[in-house]
Amino acid sequence: MITFYNKKNDWFKVILISLLFSTVTTLAYASQPVSTLKKIKIGVIGPMKFGVGQQEWWGAKIAADEINGAGGVVVKGVKHEIELVKADSNETKSTTDAVNAMEKLITFDKVNFVTGGYVAEPVLAMQEVIADSKVIYIGGAGTQMLTERVAKNYNRYKYYFRNIHSNETMFSSVIFSLIDMEVEKIRTELGISKPRVAFLLDKIQACEVMPEIGRTLLPKMGAEIAGVWRTSMRADDLSAELTAIKASGAHIIYHFLAGPSATVFSKQWGELRIPAATAGYNNELPWKRHWKDTNGMCEYEVGFCNIGRTEMTYKTIPFFDKFLRETGEYPTDHSSTYDNVYILKEAVERAGTLETEAVLGELEKTNSIGTRGRIAFYPRGHKWPHDKVFGAEYDTQVGVQWQKGSLMVVWPDGRHVVGGLDDKSMIGVKYKGTVDYKLPPWMVEYWKGKTGK
Amino acid sequence: MIELIIINGLVYGGVYAVLTLGFSLVFGVAKLLNLAYTAYYMICGFIIFVLATILGVDLIPSIIVAILITCLLGMISYEVCLARVKEHEVTVLIISVALAILFQELFLLIFGGDYRRIPPFVTGFLEIAGVRVTYQHFIAIGICLITLISVGLLLSKTKLGYAIRAVAQDREIANLMGINVDRVYILTMVISVALAGIACAVVSPIFMVHPLMWVHSLIIVLAAAVLGGLGSIRGSVIAAFILAFTEVAVVTLVPGGSFLRGAVSLGVMIVVLIVKPEGLFGIVFEEERL
Repeated sequence: MITFYNKKNDWFKVILISLLFSTVTTLAYASQPVSTLKKIKIGVIGPMKFGVGQQEWWGAKIAADEINGAGGVVVKGVKHEIELVKADSNETKSTTDAVNAMEKLITFDKVNFVTGGYVAEPVLAMQEVIADSKVIYIGGAGTQMLTERVAKNYNRYKYYFRNIHSNETMFSSVIFSLIDMEVEKIRTELGISKPRVAFLLDKIQACEVMPEIGRTLLPKMGAEIAGVWRTSMRADDLSAELTAIKASGAHIIYHFLAGPSATVFSKQWGELRIPAATAGYNNELPWKRHWKDTNGMCEYEVGFCNIGRTEMTYKTIPFFDKFLRETGEYPTDHSSTYDNVYILKEAVERAGTLETEAVLGELEKTNSIGTRGRIAFYPRGHKWPHDKVFGAEYDTQVGVQWQKGSLMVVWPDGRHVVGGLDDKSMIGVKYKGTVDYKLPPWMVEYWKGKTGK
Repeated sequence: MIELIIINGLVYGGVYAVLTLGFSLVFGVAKLLNLAYTAYYMICGFIIFVLATILGVDLIPSIIVAILITCLLGMISYEVCLARVKEHEVTVLIISVALAILFQELFLLIFGGDYRRIPPFVTGFLEIAGVRVTYQHFIAIGICLITLISVGLLLSKTKLGYAIRAVAQDREIANLMGINVDRVYILTMVISVALAGIACAVVSPIFMVHPLMWVHSLIIVLAAAVLGGLGSIRGSVIAAFILAFTEVAVVTLVPGGSFLRGAVSLGVMIVVLIVKPEGLFGIVFEEERL
């Protein structure tokens, strides 16, 4: 039996108690719930009643959970937990609602940073709000007006960065590259020397430049414009437009459908067996549910998005699979909020402070591997400062096509690269797992019948 | 190009005519400018979606159940919200819009804003003069014709129809003649909502279902009712075809202005009201007015 009444045992007692105390406090600190730590609040803004907003939220949440689970953001040795604040911008219906939602995030929720956003006009309005409030916003929307503003008035608009979508010049080059790929296929398989391209575009800001770019690029590809149709984002029925496009003799439909009408397009294009290939942006195309929503009518439809299940970086496939496991859906463009949360974390840690100007300076120096490519921003002095760098190794986008119920990556194919910025770097880029593009069989049958080939 | 306008115009016209029938009926009889009419059309669509797409119930039973539920809802909302204020047109207008927005927000909350698919009766298409039209579109036109004929027979050959027409002509005299005016109003409301449900059943496989689908439909319905002459069923059906041809012509002849098709419908309505405030067929079909 140990006695505690002699000097030797007193020392033993002190050492034992000290050891026990150290062990307990160490364990207590390590197991300390993160919620007792300081917080970094990130607002996630988007049309939350729609799939777009859901993707923005899911992407941010997965990143925040990972970061918090790994100990949070460390700012000068102090751990910070990321707290996400969800804001429904309702931007597909109302710009006023979007502005109000952003103002609430900043003035009431007092977020440190914001990410999200989708429709150009509301995002332009929200950009004014964050400029007034001097809050960093890593946003979406494809209009290059957003970063042209940064170029024209850097001091006011420098708080905006774009890392969800590419701007319209860049993604137009992706679409025209897809068209270039299809034009070659149409020439070789159908014997049509000068394919006709019909434009079917939402009536939104991001689409304004596309026909003009087409008038320049299509003749160089040996193609011509069949017509330009502008439709409402909320159109319920596109059968009149599609039958008119068929009547125009178009072989390819350049489409940009960023709203719910995108599903209508896929469904009716397939139902009516419109004999034209598709190339463009269909907001709903990369969703897993799209196959079921269109009853398989989207087979052979081609579009682009900024992620596919292919080795764009070493992070892509693990992220893709984790996203699918946790949400039941494929990640689409809008899940880029995942990368946005990480680059904010890194910028804050490098800056060693949450102070906006310091973080902004570090954000401008971002150079990290994301789930879609290397993330970096064009610097001040560029015509689109704070836009994500586009090109090989960086943001390339991928062309995807539904084939037999699976969403396959068909581009970059290493060859077809047209227009855009720094596009020459894309020659030779072809991710592992990319498959050949296929023309819709009904289109082949229709045009072979017409050309007698 | 002309064949494209003719064929698509007939297709869209059939669809719009089905939508307009019920609205014209309730306005003609009860003089109720019920702007929640197309909200019932939306509700019916979601009920069919839940039954047929989510729960896997066969399409025909889903449609029948959805129409019955929607009729019940229409009846309840009329009794609770509109019956007591039916003498006050502006109040009816405001309450019915509020009701429609309430339903919209409720369905947005439950289902979100994304478009939902309802399976068609039959898949495939037919090509006429180079224009492709889905079989579902033809079914819509066929059901429109059957519905129009059925409503015509109901109004002209049945006791209920006589009662409806009597109330529409003069409510006080009809009451004095022993017709239960309140019951006629409710039955008219039920028939009207049932027509919205039938329209939804044939149209939603073409258009897809979403909480805001009632808005564009309401514009079409109002424009057709006003253009045709308020209260004239035949007039509003003809007007529905006029509007459909106008929209299709815009899409075909001015492709860059395709997004303006709805605005064109309203523009036509405004022009007609300025030139002929009673509507295109306000006098010609006076004897047809309920």
